[in-house]
Amino acid sequence: MSAGHAHGGLGATYVPGDSPVHRLEPHTKLVAVLGFALVVVLTPVHAGWAPLAYAAFLGLLLVVAAVAGVRPGRLLRGLVVEVPFVLFAVLLPFVSRGPRTEVLGLSLSENGLAAGGSILAKATLSVLAATLLAATTDPRALLRGLERLRMPSVLVQILGFMIRYADVVGGELRRMRVARESRGFRARHLGALKVLGPAAGSLFIRSYERGERVHLAMLSRGYTGRIPTGPVAVVGSRSWALALSLPLAAAAVLTAGSLLG
Amino acid sequence: MHVPDGYLDAATTAGTAAVAAAGVALALRGSRRELDERTAPMAGLTAAFVFAVQMMNFPVAYGTSGHLIGGALTAVLVGPWTAVLCMTVVLLVQALVFADGGLTALGTNVTLMGLVAVAVGYGAFAGLRRVLPDGRTGVLAAAGVGAFLSVPAAALVFAGLFGLGGVADVSLAAVAAAMGGVHLLIGLGEAAITVAVLGAVLAVRPDLVRGARHLTRSAGTLAPRPEAAGRPRTPNTTAPMPPAHPAAEQPALIRTDAR
Repeated sequence: MSAGHAHGGLGATYVPGDSPVHRLEPHTKLVAVLGFALVVVLTPVHAGWAPLAYAAFLGLLLVVAAVAGVRPGRLLRGLVVEVPFVLFAVLLPFVSRGPRTEVLGLSLSENGLAAGGSILAKATLSVLAATLLAATTDPRALLRGLERLRMPSVLVQILGFMIRYADVVGGELRRMRVARESRGFRARHLGALKVLGPAAGSLFIRSYERGERVHLAMLSRGYTGRIPTGPVAVVGSRSWALALSLPLAAAAVLTAGSLLG
Repeated sequence: MHVPDGYLDAATTAGTAAVAAAGVALALRGSRRELDERTAPMAGLTAAFVFAVQMMNFPVAYGTSGHLIGGALTAVLVGPWTAVLCMTVVLLVQALVFADGGLTALGTNVTLMGLVAVAVGYGAFAGLRRVLPDGRTGVLAAAGVGAFLSVPAAALVFAGLFGLGGVADVSLAAVAAAMGGVHLLIGLGEAAITVAVLGAVLAVRPDLVRGARHLTRSAGTLAPRPEAAGRPRTPNTTAPMPPAHPAAEQPALIRTDAR
């Protein structure tokens, strides 16, 4: 989609650039981020060295962000999705069982403190890694990467159409909201559903009918279920090594921690 | 509702990932019955629709707001197998593009919002369809109950997983009560939106609601596609004169389309 559709849509998370991270093939980046998240998740919660390891993981991510030219503000905005879980993690020390400790006059569970802190750290690290991936990889490139990683073709097709149409359907939704609000509508209480529900219904019909028309047009132009993307690029061991340096470095930190700690 | 990385221990995460993979594989097989040659792109459009509607927040209570999960709604609209695929793709995009829900927790999220929500929602819908009287009201009531049940069911399964493999030592009853309570409210919103959306679609294009296809057939009110509607008219054109008022033909056409 053109830049005009980008705000709020799927393309909004992508920061165009030409850094080494941007140039990596998407499927190597997908494997790297998944590997990094696995290492983060496997870090034991209750080990004394866990906070050090989290700090090291954060350092690694910041290095990648610096190389990719992704600004700190962009990373912080990526963290917004975490907010509901921050609330949950803050509650944990209050509701967990086990030995208690006094902090600032409050009786908190030690176990809950460790668990809450570690949940926050792990979620933050993996959200940051995924934010970096989304900031350096166009959604369509992500689709190509998933296709190369042998995602079933029906899912690739569904995902492809979803990526192509998310901005269009989102734009339709936005126009409907502008129309509603210019007639004085504001969602104040549950009664608003009487208005929002039928709006969503007509959104579905409009989306579906648009899809029918476009699909017929595609079929008449010879669409067979696959969009030709040209020859796949050969990925050398050097770019794999570059991509995998992030999870490997994280794994090294984890190994060092469990051996020395 | 999206579970982030590190919430559940490795064994539970791996277990739910295996369940999700098996479920999606089954759905890929099952969807061959639902997806004809034109519906894979349609499923993509449905996924884009679910994704867009999830951005539409509705007020719940005490200043909090919820949004649609869409499992039950999608299942009634496009069939349960395709719905699983749509929900999987939506969750995948949310994890990859918006970092909403962890990558390693993708299996957990697909299990909860793809498999459990769709299975409970559609199961209740299909069960109630047999009991309730046939017709528009019956379909809407069954879908509403299915949508309502799907949300607390997914929340309770999450509470169970957290009790099984959560990293914190919290009493299972407390988590279940908290999750269940909030999600009962969200479930009401889910049911209201589902019924409203289905009502609107049934009014205009009943043929698009897969869960009510038999309805449109038995009542003989299947909205004809424009080209299909045109065909039976051809013999009439043998009449010597074209209709004096072409506009007079229009209302009939519109009525058949809009039924």
